Amino acid sequence: MRFKFRGTRGSLAAPGASTVKYGGNTSCIEVRSDAGDLIVLDGGTGIRELGLELARAMPVACHLFISHTHWDHIQGLPFFIPMFVPGNKVTIYGPPDPLNMTGIEAVLAKQMEYPHFPVRVAELQADITYKTLSDGQRVDLGFATVSAVLMNHPAMDFGFKVECDGKTLFFSGDHEPFYNIYEPGDEDYDDYERVVTERNAMIMDFFRGVDVFIIDAQYTEDEYRIKRGWGHSCFEQALTLAQAAGVGKVYLTHHETTRTDDQLDAIHARLQKEWSGSGVDFVLAREGDVHTA
Amino acid sequence: MRNVRTNLVGAVEKMPAFPKSVHQVLKLASDINCSQKDLVEVIKKDPVFTLKILRLVNSAYFGLSREVTSINHASVYLGLNTLKNVALGLAAVGAIPKGNVAGLDLGAFWLHSLAVATATRLLGTMLGVSRDEAADYFAAGLLHDIGKIVFALYMSEEYAEVGRLVEKEGMPLHQAEQSILGATHAEIGALLAEKWNLPSDLGNAIALHHTPDGSEGTQLVDCVFAADQISKKLTFGSAGDYSVEPLPRSVRERFSLDIDGLISEMPTLDEEVERARVFIKLGETH
Repeated sequence: MRFKFRGTRGSLAAPGASTVKYGGNTSCIEVRSDAGDLIVLDGGTGIRELGLELARAMPVACHLFISHTHWDHIQGLPFFIPMFVPGNKVTIYGPPDPLNMTGIEAVLAKQMEYPHFPVRVAELQADITYKTLSDGQRVDLGFATVSAVLMNHPAMDFGFKVECDGKTLFFSGDHEPFYNIYEPGDEDYDDYERVVTERNAMIMDFFRGVDVFIIDAQYTEDEYRIKRGWGHSCFEQALTLAQAAGVGKVYLTHHETTRTDDQLDAIHARLQKEWSGSGVDFVLAREGDVHTA
Repeated sequence: MRNVRTNLVGAVEKMPAFPKSVHQVLKLASDINCSQKDLVEVIKKDPVFTLKILRLVNSAYFGLSREVTSINHASVYLGLNTLKNVALGLAAVGAIPKGNVAGLDLGAFWLHSLAVATATRLLGTMLGVSRDEAADYFAAGLLHDIGKIVFALYMSEEYAEVGRLVEKEGMPLHQAEQSILGATHAEIGALLAEKWNLPSDLGNAIALHHTPDGSEGTQLVDCVFAADQISKKLTFGSAGDYSVEPLPRSVRERFSLDIDGLISEMPTLDEEVERARVFIKLGETH
């Protein structure tokens, strides 16, 4: 199994001279089996270029897993060329929207409504199917399986575990470690702590020992202090999680929108020093890089 | 007259207490800096609300892998934002008592109340009220017709008579109420607001929502009045009659728009009411 980062940016695309190295496109990862079968994780702006490449060798069959439906994870979908061409087969998987009581089919339909986009979803020519996932569900694609686990974010947000060619890859989507809203000494502290511990253990069990661990690490520790509850991890939390789960190679992604290449380089250098000897093998995810599991 | 008053007070006394949690949730949910702990605490104190949230969270719409058994549990699972939105939807449903009410189509009543609530909030926002106040505007719209519930529940025979008069004579509902019961739903609603210790602005809005001219033109009353006419004109549910009254001068001057102008300023009304409506269904699921 191999994979290519098509977009590593969080929140909003950030093109420009200061983001050339790590990339400005939002969340999208292309995953390929050894035989070339295609799984796409997230449909951020990074999916556009993938679509252009795929269009050179149609018909296309692809399985597209959306971690959650915040803009930075879906915004490239209406520009994913294979969806416009008859003969292509696209299956879109993702979480439900429990508040509007709709499934993942609403994700495209809503962003392609008249005031937002000139083409309606009904005009897409490819054979598109939607499969709304539930927590813990495992999808068998024949060449691979993909399992979903509910993470912690201000929306229904799934982490995905891809098992393919004897290797495992986990992608967190967006995630902030579960934490206690009470202070020690509060009446409900212990009860809340019990559930927090249980939830953290549940997701840990889900990705323990995977070969590839791709995780949200949007903030520095200082930023996290201000942005607790926003649904993202800081670098240290992501690495701590990776260490505890005994995973293989770690890719830190969902780079903060405002972060420049120089700043990311500096953070990487600092973390390498601070975490040397920790046993955690990590890099910062770079758009365009291809890796083999 | 004394008799009418005694009857009204008697009916109001029979109404159940207003869930305080509902008001608090409406306030918290409109605060971008709302603390998760505050929200969780409010919900926990109300066992009925707690039960409704757990029922919703454990429904197929969420597709969770384990049963969520407490509000702490739901809070960890869903996080603040999702919990806040769930609570907001359910809070609206919790504000009005349920059950079979003679002579009143509850579904239609609900829809009308929600549409007026949503439109009142939108109008308030157009006039620049704060987020905090916007929640009060929503509550005022939601509860403006609550007096009808008191009539229908506890003076049901007379109220059925009112319904017949409206139908036969095409008379506005509040006039028919006045002629048969000696008081309007606005008046009895105001008595109920007193019993519930609702903020005085809210009580005022309920009392004066058919007579904004006599109200020294408070902004909230004007908004509820306009929202009521808008919801009737767009036939969101039913308020018991369909007579749309012209906007009084004070209201027109406040917005510098007529009713059609106001409607065109709120393109999201339909969608927001529809969302609220889905929650009604869920709140009633057993």
